[in-house]
Amino acid sequence: MEKYVQGILAGDKRSTAKIISLVENDGPEKKRVLSQLYPHTGKAYIIGVTGSPGAGKSSLTDCLTKQIRKQGLTVGIIAVDPSSPFTGGALLGDRIRMQDHALDKGVFIRSMGTRGSLGGLARATKEVVRVLDAYGSDVVIVETVGVGQSELDIMDVADTTLVVLTPGAGDHVQTIKAGIMEIADIFVVNKADLDGADKVKTEVEGMLDLSCHGNGWRPPVLLTITRTEQGITDLIDAINRHKAHLESTGSFQQARKERLRTEVLEVVEHVLRARIHKSVEASQDIARLVAKVENREVDPYVAAEEIISVGI
Amino acid sequence: MSGEKKIRVLVAKPGLDGHDRGAKVVARALRDAGMEVIYSGLHQTPEQIVEAAIQEDVDVVGLSVLSGAQLTIFPRVRNLLDENNAQDIILMGGGTMPADDVQELKRNGSAAEIFTPGTPVEKIGNWIKEAVAGRDA
Ligand SMILES: Nc1nc2c(ncn2[C@@H]2O[C@H](COP(=O)(O)OP(=O)(O)OP(=O)(O)O)[C@@H](O)[C@H]2O)c(=O)[nH]1
Ligand SMILES: [Mg+2]
Repeated sequence: MEKYVQGILAGDKRSTAKIISLVENDGPEKKRVLSQLYPHTGKAYIIGVTGSPGAGKSSLTDCLTKQIRKQGLTVGIIAVDPSSPFTGGALLGDRIRMQDHALDKGVFIRSMGTRGSLGGLARATKEVVRVLDAYGSDVVIVETVGVGQSELDIMDVADTTLVVLTPGAGDHVQTIKAGIMEIADIFVVNKADLDGADKVKTEVEGMLDLSCHGNGWRPPVLLTITRTEQGITDLIDAINRHKAHLESTGSFQQARKERLRTEVLEVVEHVLRARIHKSVEASQDIARLVAKVENREVDPYVAAEEIISVGI
Repeated sequence: MSGEKKIRVLVAKPGLDGHDRGAKVVARALRDAGMEVIYSGLHQTPEQIVEAAIQEDVDVVGLSVLSGAQLTIFPRVRNLLDENNAQDIILMGGGTMPADDVQELKRNGSAAEIFTPGTPVEKIGNWIKEAVAGRDA
């Protein structure tokens, strides 16, 4: 593993890929490796791209990458697709849209399945972002389907989050999943070559008129067509403006600091929970108390109090 | 993220022929067998395939070859994998080709196995599971 850590810092792709697998598989050496990489992170700018299945997230990621590369910056891409809850398998097809960058030394693309556990994905994504950051990516783009809560949680890692909408196909403001509108820093109405893109824009603007923008940033609503790259430079401008806004208001440091605070608390919770489970499982009291709860002698709160008072 | 290792497979379609129905059927079957399958689309060059295999850290690369170019493509991809320090990635494939070519590719180490059309997809999944288990043993 030591060799791979050195490899990442030297910009080696195979080492980077191996360490990403270690992180995804939650391997035993993960903690040590991540702590060695940590001092080398915090430099990448992180862009989240979310939206309904088929909205054009991968195509947009491809277009953005092309523009960012033109500015001479390197790009890391994490493309998340759903795993089957039944078999655990996944078909990861986002790369198809990113073939132009396959041989570009300045682009690293990694596909990830959502795999099993709740919260696990958000955690793993955060860590993979760090690996790509340490590897030296100037910009990291995270693409994920905005369906479940854990998919939304992933966007917690992003400095700028793009929510991708399309004309037609049920992407009407009323039907958009709760929570997804709130996380947008920029709205992208993709497939603007299709009928109804202006209508979607008007609807979103109407909704934005009604919400307050406490932090002084009103999300712009932009139209794009990925095939002709129409609107892509405007999108890049908007991302840069959002970044400048964050920096000028001090929200950039503030937001990152808050995320780190949340992360530390999450880890504390995670470790404590594991510890609690372990000691409760090991104790004789639990079976006895559950039997009492079952017989309606005590209620779950009383049983819990008793376990806690005995000490964990 | 249970700490279990998932088998990751890159299904790639090199060359210029335009069918990827077979490749997609296999990709889905492998997904249904619990694997993570990266599908990278049509018209891949050996260089693109190997780069994707490395970045995705796959256990297996499966090439679908219908163009008749098997005797150049498999050795080329195998060599590129080896040159990139990825000797441990298993290269296998499928497609229409003469039995002699299959023998030759297996003999010279370019392909670990090649399945011809009509092979039940479960068989391919099982072969991959055993090959990965054998390698990691
Ligand atoms: N008409 C039109 N089609 C587009 C546009 N952008 C993407 N598409 C098509 O939309 C389909 C889905 O594109 P992707 O980029 O794979 O979308 P995605 O959101 O990444 O899809 P998932 O990752 O599967 O959720 C493809 O067939 C694209 O060719 C566009 O601007 N206009
Ligand atoms: Mg996609």
